[in-house]
Amino acid sequence: MTALTHSETRKSEKPVETETAAKIAGRIKARRRSMSIWIGRVVLAVAVVGGWQWFTTEGWVDKFFFGQPSEIWNSLVVLFTEGTAFGTIWENLGVTAQEAFLGFLLGTAVGVVLGILLGSNKYLSAVVGPYIRIVNSIPRIVLGSIFIVAFGLGVFPKILLAAVLVFFVVFFNAFQGVREVDQNLVANVRVLGASPYQVAMHVTIPSAMTWIIASLHTAFGFAIIGALVAEVLGAQKGIGLIISQAQGTFDPNTVFACMVIIAVVTLFAESLINLLEHRILKWRPPNRSEAQAI
Amino acid sequence: MNTARTPRPPGPPAKAAEEGRIEVTGLTKRYLTPKGETFTAIRDVSLSVEAGQFCSIVGPTGCGKSTTLAQVSGLEQPSAGSVTVGGNPVDGITKGVSYMFQADALFPWKSVLSNVMMGPILLGMPKRQATDLARDWLRRVGLAGFEDRYPHQLSGGMRKRVAMAAALINNPRILLMDEPFGALDVQTKAIMQNELLKLWEELRPSVLFITHDLDEAVALSDRVVIMTSSPGSVKDVFDIDLPRPRGNVQEIRHEERFLELQGRIWESLKDEVTRAYAMTAGAA
Repeated sequence: MTALTHSETRKSEKPVETETAAKIAGRIKARRRSMSIWIGRVVLAVAVVGGWQWFTTEGWVDKFFFGQPSEIWNSLVVLFTEGTAFGTIWENLGVTAQEAFLGFLLGTAVGVVLGILLGSNKYLSAVVGPYIRIVNSIPRIVLGSIFIVAFGLGVFPKILLAAVLVFFVVFFNAFQGVREVDQNLVANVRVLGASPYQVAMHVTIPSAMTWIIASLHTAFGFAIIGALVAEVLGAQKGIGLIISQAQGTFDPNTVFACMVIIAVVTLFAESLINLLEHRILKWRPPNRSEAQAI
Repeated sequence: MNTARTPRPPGPPAKAAEEGRIEVTGLTKRYLTPKGETFTAIRDVSLSVEAGQFCSIVGPTGCGKSTTLAQVSGLEQPSAGSVTVGGNPVDGITKGVSYMFQADALFPWKSVLSNVMMGPILLGMPKRQATDLARDWLRRVGLAGFEDRYPHQLSGGMRKRVAMAAALINNPRILLMDEPFGALDVQTKAIMQNELLKLWEELRPSVLFITHDLDEAVALSDRVVIMTSSPGSVKDVFDIDLPRPRGNVQEIRHEERFLELQGRIWESLKDEVTRAYAMTAGAA
């Protein structure tokens, strides 16, 4: 593109103007593009939420079962102003967030360590591999019932369930990440005299990091699901408890309100993970598809 | 051998003495395939590289050239036969060796400077000293000012320069090169060959250089070893008596002696290449 402009400018004898004109045109095009994307987004949101409100108001859809946006808003206001039967919404949200966060940390730590260990040891991975796949194929969410029976209604079984869900996502990625390590790079540092520990620190772990970080996005979602489901199964505090209570009183609006709250929390956590990703993986080449052909 | 843990002090080639001599005797390497069959990659390979000599290995695809290199580096252990470096049999990673591959084998997550620093750091050199040494080497390969870039921000030729600096910074007594310029375009390749010769003449490590490119082999080497098709063994050894320093590899290609040597080597290699091709074509 630049080469083309240069050869043109040499002939046209008006280098500055052509260059600036192209720049301005490009900027206008980019602005128009982002504008149209935002318009599309707003239209979509209005259509979905407005349509929901309209259909339930007209009675085509029963708001007793499916809730109504305006009622959800009211539920949110009530949750934040009056609180719940189990304390303020902040208290409950704090408990859930804490469970999810601790479960996320625990699951990630164990997943990374085991993933790297098994990924770098062929014998160990051959022995344990089939069992990991078997455990992965059972519906782990049901373990929540066992954890609650075994450890009671406190926070611990919730953390455990969240950690179990997180573990598998992170584990498989760490495992794969180690497997994908460039063998030339390993050979290279080994020849230079690196010990197995140095190979792990300088090659294996940084290389697997790309895969591990990618898994954290999904993993946090699983941590929240684990914490919520365990709370629904039995708890003394937490968003999951509010949800199961609302279900018992035929109150879909509060359930939706809780979903909104959790979605906000998850988006916030997601943005933190994005920050982490940019920091750790700043060496990565920028995504080519992000550049647009004009 | 004590000196091997620290980078050798740069000195005149004569000082390198015999510690860079490679002696391969009756080397055989078999691999166990996942099905439990054995596959013989190289059979009874014997060759020697004098200290400070530039030796190329040429042979058809899949004849075990890389396998031979892996045995010399000590990354793999031979099934039969032996490799000695500087008079000591290879057992475990050979000390004082650097490797250069066709793929860059650079750390994509490390800056250019940190990539080059890796060698001394792994040998336990203090960071400040390693940084100075790496800066000096980047200057020597013409990459001063690119210290903070990441490998993906560089062109193929520049990445090769980084790899070269990283391979030579420890002043190795042996440099193993596995088709290092195989993926480069013709012009870049010629530039890198000249660059390599220049640096080699300064440090004079023994070089084992794998290539498919006969011109490259003749232009760079003191000795060219021809290997047979799989399982590989040594077919012929040619000593290249073109005077040193060779100067520009682009120009040496037109000299009469060069063409004569190249023709003789090609005669020897031709049959093997044809046979190897027939084998793969028959198998397919």
